Amino acid sequence: MSTFALDFEKPLLELEAKLVELKRHAAIGAGDGDGASLDGEIRRLERRCAKLTQEIFAELSRWQMVQLSRHPNRPYMLDYVQRLFTDWLELHGDRAFADDQALVGGLARFDGEPVMILGQQKGRSTKENLLRSFGMPRPEGYRKALRLMKLAERFDRPVIAFIDTPGAYPGIDAEERGQAEAIAACLEEMAALRVPVLSIVIGEGGSGGALAIGVCNRLLMLQYSWYSVISPESCAAILYRDSKKGEKAAEALKLTSRDAFENGIVDELIEEAPGGAHRDWEATAGNLRAAMRKHLRELREMSPEQVVQDRYDKFRKIGPITDSEAAQPEGEPARRWPQDRS
Amino acid sequence: MAAWYHKVPAPKLPATDKRARMEGMWIKCDACGQIVYKQEVERNLEVCPKCGEHFPLPVRRRLDLVLDPGSFVEFDRGLESTDPLQFSDSKRYKDRLKASAKTAGEMEAFVGGTGRLAGREVSIGAFHFGFLGGSMGSVVGEKVTRLFERATERRIPAIIFSASGGARMQEAIFSLMQMAKSSAALARFRTVKKPYISVLLDPTTGGVAASFAFLGDIILAEPKALIGFAGPRVIEQTLRQKLPEGFQTSEFLLQHGMIDAIVHRKEMRDRLAQVLGLLA
Ligand SMILES: [Zn+2]
Repeated sequence: MSTFALDFEKPLLELEAKLVELKRHAAIGAGDGDGASLDGEIRRLERRCAKLTQEIFAELSRWQMVQLSRHPNRPYMLDYVQRLFTDWLELHGDRAFADDQALVGGLARFDGEPVMILGQQKGRSTKENLLRSFGMPRPEGYRKALRLMKLAERFDRPVIAFIDTPGAYPGIDAEERGQAEAIAACLEEMAALRVPVLSIVIGEGGSGGALAIGVCNRLLMLQYSWYSVISPESCAAILYRDSKKGEKAAEALKLTSRDAFENGIVDELIEEAPGGAHRDWEATAGNLRAAMRKHLRELREMSPEQVVQDRYDKFRKIGPITDSEAAQPEGEPARRWPQDRS
Repeated sequence: MAAWYHKVPAPKLPATDKRARMEGMWIKCDACGQIVYKQEVERNLEVCPKCGEHFPLPVRRRLDLVLDPGSFVEFDRGLESTDPLQFSDSKRYKDRLKASAKTAGEMEAFVGGTGRLAGREVSIGAFHFGFLGGSMGSVVGEKVTRLFERATERRIPAIIFSASGGARMQEAIFSLMQMAKSSAALARFRTVKKPYISVLLDPTTGGVAASFAFLGDIILAEPKALIGFAGPRVIEQTLRQKLPEGFQTSEFLLQHGMIDAIVHRKEMRDRLAQVLGLLA
């Protein structure tokens, strides 16, 4: 684990260091008779830590939340797989070009039930990040995802997708192999999947590269994750011609989980451990497990036709507009998914 | 992006040719550098008569070019953005929309409706790049979605001409979700087994490329259009290296197996009619 700390975390970490020191003293001097007074001091400091955590995290700016979503100690997709699933079997490759390690997929069990898991995976070390392209998939990653989604449909397994990417990889090779087509194909196929899809933004939800595994029946977001059309830095580079103005862009984009929830995009927000998911992986995974359980149970009640219609309805209504010429040349077309799809 | 043209002062001509010396009658093609008579370019479907460079064609002329005369019926004209995020950078988004409507002469970046192509009814639409870079916000996403829904209901083919920088930043997450919404409507349209022809124009990138534009049963492109997911500047900045000659052009895409054919503007109508004849 890296010792990295965000600026706004530092006062808290300093206080906690004091607490650790005090506890060490208490352990050494347990027999000296002043253990009782140290106990009182420890409890006081613990209360101060909890209070400070609450104070700092009660009023985070959007930019601070973006920073938390990228915290190097934050749990990634495979960390959740380890904690929430059993019987994990990673499946590799797009059967055409390569195995993209920025997008991981495989079968596992959730509460004993077999499911298909997909997700972007970041690396913890420089070496691993090169291998995983900082969680930015190439076309072969999306084509692997597509293959696994179809596999899930064939065997009636729900799809659970963990979104955590700053965006799809922008590079010459990715363009040569059809990045746009690969993402587009995921969007269409996911929309038509006859099995439930649950997507969870666990860190960064950047642009089409994130949405490619996000056409779901239920969308969950961790408290300190973001989801938008573009990363704040790229947005700033275009709007203010300065990629360092990400803070300003984050405000304009209204990209946090809470914004997404208030805008009706997200079905449920998942509370993270106090101070952020990186401070307690187990507690955060526990919160996520409870929400996943609830939503999967609800989705399992639906027929394949209902699942497809439910997903269509979810996205169909997104997009605030007005119509100044409300009367159409003819009536509005119906929006039912045709029942005859084979 | 392929070359644009710009207005130039009239070249020195014999005093007898008065008409040709009028201001703004001449343009210089940025592709071949030649000075050409503006009316001739217009007559030539906004294609350079000297080198064949395809200049932008206004959206209504684009539809007229391929549809049977007088057959186009526009739908969803009155759709307007509500500016859900009250977005503002150096200018308010609301003001940008107003300014764009004035300069572009269109209310939004997409025009959709129905028409007849070689006698066949089609659900058809085209982007107007001149309106905020043809970007897709909630209005464009809704129009494209309705285009596919209309095609599904009537069981008729769908045709879309794309020219877009991608999803519209000013509507952030709502713009992103239009990619899913429109692609879902397309997925539903597939069940009626009618062709969807996607025509890629200069430029087609970002969220429009990465959704319905690259999902055509048949994908055509005009010559030398810029087509791709990430814009060339983004790739250059990320990799810190120059991009190869001809990267992300229609010709590059054809070579890499990403599109079915490159079609010259003057042949577009006949090619579309041919596809419809073979598939519809
Ligand atoms: Zn020319």
